[in-house]
Amino acid sequence: MASSYELCCRECGRKYANAPLSICDECFSPLEVQVDLEAAKKTVTRETIAQGPTNMWRYQALLPVSENYVPQTPAGWTPLLKAPRLAGRIGANNLYIKNDAVCLPTLSFKDRVVAVALAAAQDFGFDTVGCSSTGNLANAVAAQAARLGLKTYILVPADLEAAKILNTQVYGANLIRIDGNYDHVNRLCSQIADRFHWGFVNVNLRPYYAEGSKTVGYEIAEQLGWRLPDNVVVPMAGGSLITKIRKAFRELVVLGLVEDKPVRFFGAQATGCSPIAKAVKSGADHIEPQRPSTIARSLAIGNPADGVYAARAIRESGGWAEDVSDVEIVSAIQELAETEGIFTETAGGVTTAVTARLYAHGRIKPGELTVSCITGNGLKTTDVLQGAYEQGQAIRPRLTDFENYINEIKELNELVTGGVNVR
Amino acid sequence: MSVRVLLPNAFQKHTNGAKEIQSTAANLPALIEDIETHFPALKTHLRDETGNVRRFINFYVNEEDIRFLGNEKYAFQDGDEVLVIPSIAGGSCGEDDTRLAQNVTSSRRPVLRCCSYCGQEECICY
Repeated sequence: MASSYELCCRECGRKYANAPLSICDECFSPLEVQVDLEAAKKTVTRETIAQGPTNMWRYQALLPVSENYVPQTPAGWTPLLKAPRLAGRIGANNLYIKNDAVCLPTLSFKDRVVAVALAAAQDFGFDTVGCSSTGNLANAVAAQAARLGLKTYILVPADLEAAKILNTQVYGANLIRIDGNYDHVNRLCSQIADRFHWGFVNVNLRPYYAEGSKTVGYEIAEQLGWRLPDNVVVPMAGGSLITKIRKAFRELVVLGLVEDKPVRFFGAQATGCSPIAKAVKSGADHIEPQRPSTIARSLAIGNPADGVYAARAIRESGGWAEDVSDVEIVSAIQELAETEGIFTETAGGVTTAVTARLYAHGRIKPGELTVSCITGNGLKTTDVLQGAYEQGQAIRPRLTDFENYINEIKELNELVTGGVNVR
Repeated sequence: MSVRVLLPNAFQKHTNGAKEIQSTAANLPALIEDIETHFPALKTHLRDETGNVRRFINFYVNEEDIRFLGNEKYAFQDGDEVLVIPSIAGGSCGEDDTRLAQNVTSSRRPVLRCCSYCGQEECICY
């Protein structure tokens, strides 16, 4: 358990006892959980963490869950992979992928935040939970609530990818499609949370939920041998993840678990929904909302809840933000799969394409230790690759037919590429 | 001409529990003043030290973000439903944006009283 923790207003600093509350009633700004790090210092060491389970709950002492909480939903501890082949393509030579495309149980980093949010929901006595979601969160809430025996109401934009809808309904969740975009859905959920006594993981439980993202940062540091990287590239939807990875690194420094060093944070968005990247590029300290229009639906939040904090974290770290087109997103999904064997969803395409651009523009130097955060699995957004690959004609089960087939493709490849293997 | 204004739970501490009001305000600045007239206790919470409406307070008209409708230039129509939602960030009042300001003397943002990262009033992580 966390030694002790409480809610704190991010703007006016007012402190609150733990409760399903996300808004300061003095200045109406967002609340955030603060863990008592001075108390944690006495018990948390590299050794105590190593003795924990091989999932995100190895950091339970730094997460806002009650003393007697026994985790039921092991998420996290995903691979941190050196990515030499992708690095070679984009002009890098010290690139790592944090691969939450294989985060369990539902194949996105949202499993981490939901694990913490539902622990809080149980602590507060909710028997019904819900969320507004662009898909991955819906999957994670539905699966983990099923395991915990909680009733679930999940609200999503009506045009969500079919796989994400199916991957929510299969767990028995009540899925409500809303005729609008994510921002409409999110707003409705704010009203519902005011009216019904339900635990909405990203509304009234948001401060607890968001803390789960810190485990991405803890894991990166531990998997690098308890050191911090030079750069981190993070996709941005609501903007929370990038701020929480930064918070995780700062906490590890305060706890004495890693040596302090400057880490630059880089944010990635799709051009069709890039309010945070736009704020970073223009130097604005506020976010102008946008109407999203991109295939990266899991990042399509036009009015990001943590946008102003994400932009601030990027600027303060000396980082940058970039946005990429839908065509670049698809191409990057293919490139990551072909070079590193990682099939990511559209958000991962955004991150990969932005990573490539940051090297191309010289914002990241080739030798700097850089971690690119892949947050979701490509099996959920296969629709964007419709038509990208030919089925090919079936051949008879004869060796001669196979040899002819191989010769045909060789000739075809030589015709198309002049014998040079390019994609 | 009248519009229905729905207030969030977070306001209710300062509105004696009132959840909505009817207003005849013509536009957003007038509406904010009307809300403050109805609930004087809310005024100091609704605006920061510089007189600007706090950045995390959002206004929606019939499901649409008022910033997409022209913001303070939008003229309320009879029967409009105005929804006030705090803390879906975005910040309609930027530093260079004084359209909702009242007695603006400085565009400086209020100083953080606790660190966003370590949570201490006396920061221990920087």
